[in-house]
Amino acid sequence: MSFVNSFSIWFIPFLIGFILLYGTYKKVPTYEAFVEGGKEGFSLAVSMIPYLVGMLVSISVFRASGALELLLDFGKPLFDWMHVPGEVVPLGLMRTISGSGALGMTSDLIAAHGPDSFIGRLASTIQGSTDTTFYVLTVYFGAVGIRKMGYALKVGLLADLVGFIASIVVVTLVFS
Amino acid sequence: MVNYIWVGMMVTGFIVAIFSGNVDKVNAAVFKSAQEAVTISLGMISILVFWLGLMKIAEKGGLLEFLALLFRPLVKWLFPDVPEGHPALGYILSNMVANLFGLGNAATPMGIKAMEQLKLLNGGKNEASRSMITLLAINTSSITLIPTTIIAIRMNYGSQNPTDIVGTTLMATAVSTVFALSIDRFFYYKSIRKGKK
Repeated sequence: MSFVNSFSIWFIPFLIGFILLYGTYKKVPTYEAFVEGGKEGFSLAVSMIPYLVGMLVSISVFRASGALELLLDFGKPLFDWMHVPGEVVPLGLMRTISGSGALGMTSDLIAAHGPDSFIGRLASTIQGSTDTTFYVLTVYFGAVGIRKMGYALKVGLLADLVGFIASIVVVTLVFS
Repeated sequence: MVNYIWVGMMVTGFIVAIFSGNVDKVNAAVFKSAQEAVTISLGMISILVFWLGLMKIAEKGGLLEFLALLFRPLVKWLFPDVPEGHPALGYILSNMVANLFGLGNAATPMGIKAMEQLKLLNGGKNEASRSMITLLAINTSSITLIPTTIIAIRMNYGSQNPTDIVGTTLMATAVSTVFALSIDRFFYYKSIRKGKK
C-alpha cells in the first residue's frame, strides 16, 4: 500500500524533472517553450465554458427534479429480474453523467456497507472502471469547438453499460 | 442524438418538478450548476497552462515523436487515419500514458491538445472525425492501472485491504475498453456504408 501511495506522489515530480532535463539536454529553450505552449491553455479553457454550462445545467435539472430517482424506481423490477444488486444501480447511472455525484455515491455506499463488503467492493470497482462520459465528451469536444459529435455519444454510453455489467460479473466471480 | 438527450433531460426534469413540487429546487439547480460549470472551466486554466507548457518542451525536444515511434504499431492500428509522424500521435500517447498512471489532471490537457491537432487534420471542421471519436472512446472507458482516489476512500473507511479492488477494476476496465474500441469500429464502418448508398 505504501508503495502505491509513494509511487503516485513521486511520479509527478519525476515526470516534470525528466521532461525539463531532457529538454535541456536537447538544447530546447525550455522556459521560452513552456511559456509558448502554456499560452494556449487560457483560450482552450474559455472556449469550454458554453459547452460545460449547457451540459451541467441539463444534468442538474434532471437530478434536482427527482426525475433520476423516478427513472430508477421505474426500472427496478427490470434490474431485480436481471439480478443486478439494487444498491449500485443509481451509481451506475450517475457514473455516466456526473463524476462528483458518482464519487459521493461511492463514498456513501462504502460508508453504509463497509469497504470490504460485496457492495463496497462492487461500488469501488464501478467507480474505478469507467470515466464520466458526458464530462469527457463535453470537455474534450468543447475545448476545440466540435459541435457535431457523430456516433461518439453512442460509443461512450454503450461502453459505460458494458463496464457496469463487467464490474458486476467480475466482482461476483472474484469475491463470492 | 446529443440534442435529444440534452432537451430530454431538461424538459423531463421540469415536468417531474411540477408534479413532485421540486420547482424551487430546480430553479436553484439551474443557476448553481451554470456557475459551477464556469468555475470548473476557469479552474482548468491552471492545469492546461502548466501541462501544455511542459508538453511543448517535450514536443520540441522530440520526446513525443520518440514516444509515438516506440508505440507505432499500436497507434497505427488504433488511429489509421493519422499520418505517421503527425504531432497528434505524440499527444494521444501522452494522454494514454497519463491516464494509465492515473494522472487525471495531466491527461485532460494532453487529450485536448490531441483533439486540437486532430481537428486541424480534419480541415478545421466542427464535426468529430473518426480518430477523435476513437480517442474519446479510450478516454471514457479510462484504462487506469491504480485507481488512487478510490483506494484513498477505502482506506478512510478502514478497509482491511484497500487495494484488493485493483484487480477487479483492471479486468472491468479491460472489458469496457476492448468493447468501446470494437463498437467504435463497428459504428465507423456502418457510417461509411451509409455514406456510400
